[in-house]
Amino acid sequence: MSNVKRLAMLGITKEYPGCKANDEVFLDIEHGEIHALLGENGAGKSTLMKMLYGVVKPDSGSIIWNGKPVSIDQPSVARGLGIGMVFQHFSLFETLTVAENIALVLGDQAGNSKTLAHRIKATSERYGMPLDPDRRISSLSTGERQRVEIVRCLLLNLQLLILDEPTSVLTPQEVDNLFKTLRQLTKEGCSVLFISHKLHEVTALCDSATILRAGKVTGHCHPKDETSESIARMMVGEDIAISNDCRRSLGTDVFANIENLSTKSMGQFDVALKNINLQVKRGEIVGIAGIAGNGQEELLKALSGEDIHPNSKSITFTGTVVDQLTPLQRRRLGLAFVPEDRLGRGAVPDLDLCDNALLTSFDSGLVKNGFLQKSKIIELADKIIKKYKVKTAGNHDAAASLSGGNLQKFIVGREIDQEPNFLLMSHPTWGVDIGAQVAIHDAILQLRDRGCAILIVSEDLDELYKISDRLGAICDGQISQFLAPEALPLVKLGQWMAGDFDTTTADNKGVSQHD
Amino acid sequence: MDIDLITNILYAMIMTGTPLLLVALGEMVCEKSGVLNLGQEGMMLMGAVAGFIAMYHTDSYILGFAFAMLVGIGMSLLFAVIALQLNANQVAAGLALTIFGTGLSAFLGNDYEGKQISVLPSLSIAELQHIPIIGKAIFSQNAIVYLSWVLIVVVYLFFRYHRQGLSVRAVGEDPSVASNLGLPVMLIRYLSVAFGGAMAGLAGAYLSIAYTPMWTEGMVSGKGWIALTLVVFASWRIERIILGAYLFGFASIMHLVAQGLNWDISSNLLAMMPYIATLVVLVMLSRDKQRLKLFEPMALGKPWHRSS
Repeated sequence: MSNVKRLAMLGITKEYPGCKANDEVFLDIEHGEIHALLGENGAGKSTLMKMLYGVVKPDSGSIIWNGKPVSIDQPSVARGLGIGMVFQHFSLFETLTVAENIALVLGDQAGNSKTLAHRIKATSERYGMPLDPDRRISSLSTGERQRVEIVRCLLLNLQLLILDEPTSVLTPQEVDNLFKTLRQLTKEGCSVLFISHKLHEVTALCDSATILRAGKVTGHCHPKDETSESIARMMVGEDIAISNDCRRSLGTDVFANIENLSTKSMGQFDVALKNINLQVKRGEIVGIAGIAGNGQEELLKALSGEDIHPNSKSITFTGTVVDQLTPLQRRRLGLAFVPEDRLGRGAVPDLDLCDNALLTSFDSGLVKNGFLQKSKIIELADKIIKKYKVKTAGNHDAAASLSGGNLQKFIVGREIDQEPNFLLMSHPTWGVDIGAQVAIHDAILQLRDRGCAILIVSEDLDELYKISDRLGAICDGQISQFLAPEALPLVKLGQWMAGDFDTTTADNKGVSQHD
Repeated sequence: MDIDLITNILYAMIMTGTPLLLVALGEMVCEKSGVLNLGQEGMMLMGAVAGFIAMYHTDSYILGFAFAMLVGIGMSLLFAVIALQLNANQVAAGLALTIFGTGLSAFLGNDYEGKQISVLPSLSIAELQHIPIIGKAIFSQNAIVYLSWVLIVVVYLFFRYHRQGLSVRAVGEDPSVASNLGLPVMLIRYLSVAFGGAMAGLAGAYLSIAYTPMWTEGMVSGKGWIALTLVVFASWRIERIILGAYLFGFASIMHLVAQGLNWDISSNLLAMMPYIATLVVLVMLSRDKQRLKLFEPMALGKPWHRSS
């Protein structure tokens, strides 16, 4: 190849009201390379990708594709050029089949449904990602859904594949398979643009990297010559902590005891819990890994009281049976809860931060004789904002106006500030950038050291390995054994996440696992 | 009961169920694209009065039905501008459309009350209409009934096999994703809403030209509302819409049959039957939540606008 680049983005600028998402961004991608685009939340990665894929129009700047300037104002134009994109939140229609989803994007190229089904089979097998064209998306696992997205791109005359945080939803084994596929693609000359938060993946996979901070390019590097720490430093700047001091803890007496918890599934989109046995002790963090949709939701709902199972007696908090209690009654026993979706369950989008602070804290002296103590509520909101460094214009901002990571900090702060005895958390740092992650982890660890029992469900294995005292997996409504992270190799956890564990010997009392 | 009676019941059942079938078919397409238009009743009334007026002045069936469909489309586009372009609440916009259509049709039709036009004739197919029991019901109907059957097949094949049918379903499930993939969400929704309007207009004209050749204020008498529930309880499936529409037709004429046979049942009770029977059967059919989810347009009624 000559020195004509696959893609050059020159001086791309995009401004939204009140923020410059991209400021004079330059990005070069060579033929057949895997290029990483790195940056914290809100650094402008997604905006840049959307402009490349024709979903968003740049205010200024130009895009050079294979040496020629192009104007991409429609996703179909991007696809016509050979640019395929796999979105972080999949662009799939659940009630349609694999073939139908692919036909929608291919348009006239799809041909008739028989030849398309044949092409889907052939292509997916050639790249080691077998797919059945007639399955409905709703019946596929997350990993399989991602394959559909990738195969959909491969059926185009693909020259550049954009992947937006592709690995955050996969088991370690699936990640390995994905990387194999990507390497095969690049050997055939296709370029890959890889967006990820997980730096060890970037150092293992990518040939070069561009780093964005606050909408500006702050550096280029060859990830294979760097370490995760040195790249993280480039992403966050000089003055922010990028690691925690984590010590393991054994915990003291049992706070929450789950014995033989089983539930019925309410429908095909729900998972039944099967004979769950787990204990969470004061002063320990128990981590549960798992691919989304394997019963995490149901387990957390059973514990938080969102789903009440009136006929069972499986859950006790320090000896009190709580199965029949409402969420409020459980909160009064010391429960606090950070749910997975922030807007809607963790916070009311249209209420301001003060009212959202009041939502779960109204028992802590904020209400007197039925009247709201406005000044105390404002005081509490301000305290949370200050302590957890929530970036907001003020305590009267609506929850929905905060970025995901900032709202997460606020919700975590609100729950931790109640000094709970038992804290349930789902994906505590999902979508939160490194700086805020460190702050949230610090707060969780301190709470543990003050004697709180903590249960964390997450798909982020790095996080679980970092802060859990005991770690296990959930798959199809069953939980594995729990071991200290040091005694649990990643490969094994991956197998557990895929359901490869012996349920009969699972002993989760937390007695014998520690040295 | 003799054979003749059964033959006539079947014939009348199809004739009475057809307007419901047409509206429900249009509304189903509209809802498949994720738009909930509660203006069916108003659009039907406007179609009925427009069809009658055009027919009265030109004495042409084609012009009568064509004008009714155009008026139906016009009404639906009014809704589309308010609900899709200006992003108003779809429920409120649809209700307003019904109120608007009810009032405007009464105003426009005021001078035409009691006027006469000639009824749309049946097109009998020579020998086939003499087949016992079903012959008359299937081969001796008017042109609009035959048209409704053609439309059923077309709509079914469109959603089943055509790529654009897939696009409509995709837009109804998740407009944001569809837009990201490059589908023209707004255009698809406009066209779906307009199809719903055309069908409502046609159904209205069917009532005022083919079913009872006259115009009276409020003559649609709730059929637009029944069609709306029909679509939901038929869980957006054509075969169930057909079943529900004809069942409604059947229960409607049993009212007359019972009187003819001198059955001792309160006529008020019988007049309620079509509504009750249709609802009961469809509610029973839609009990299975799992199956319902596969056909329900998930984005139904939710406002959406393209982010820049």
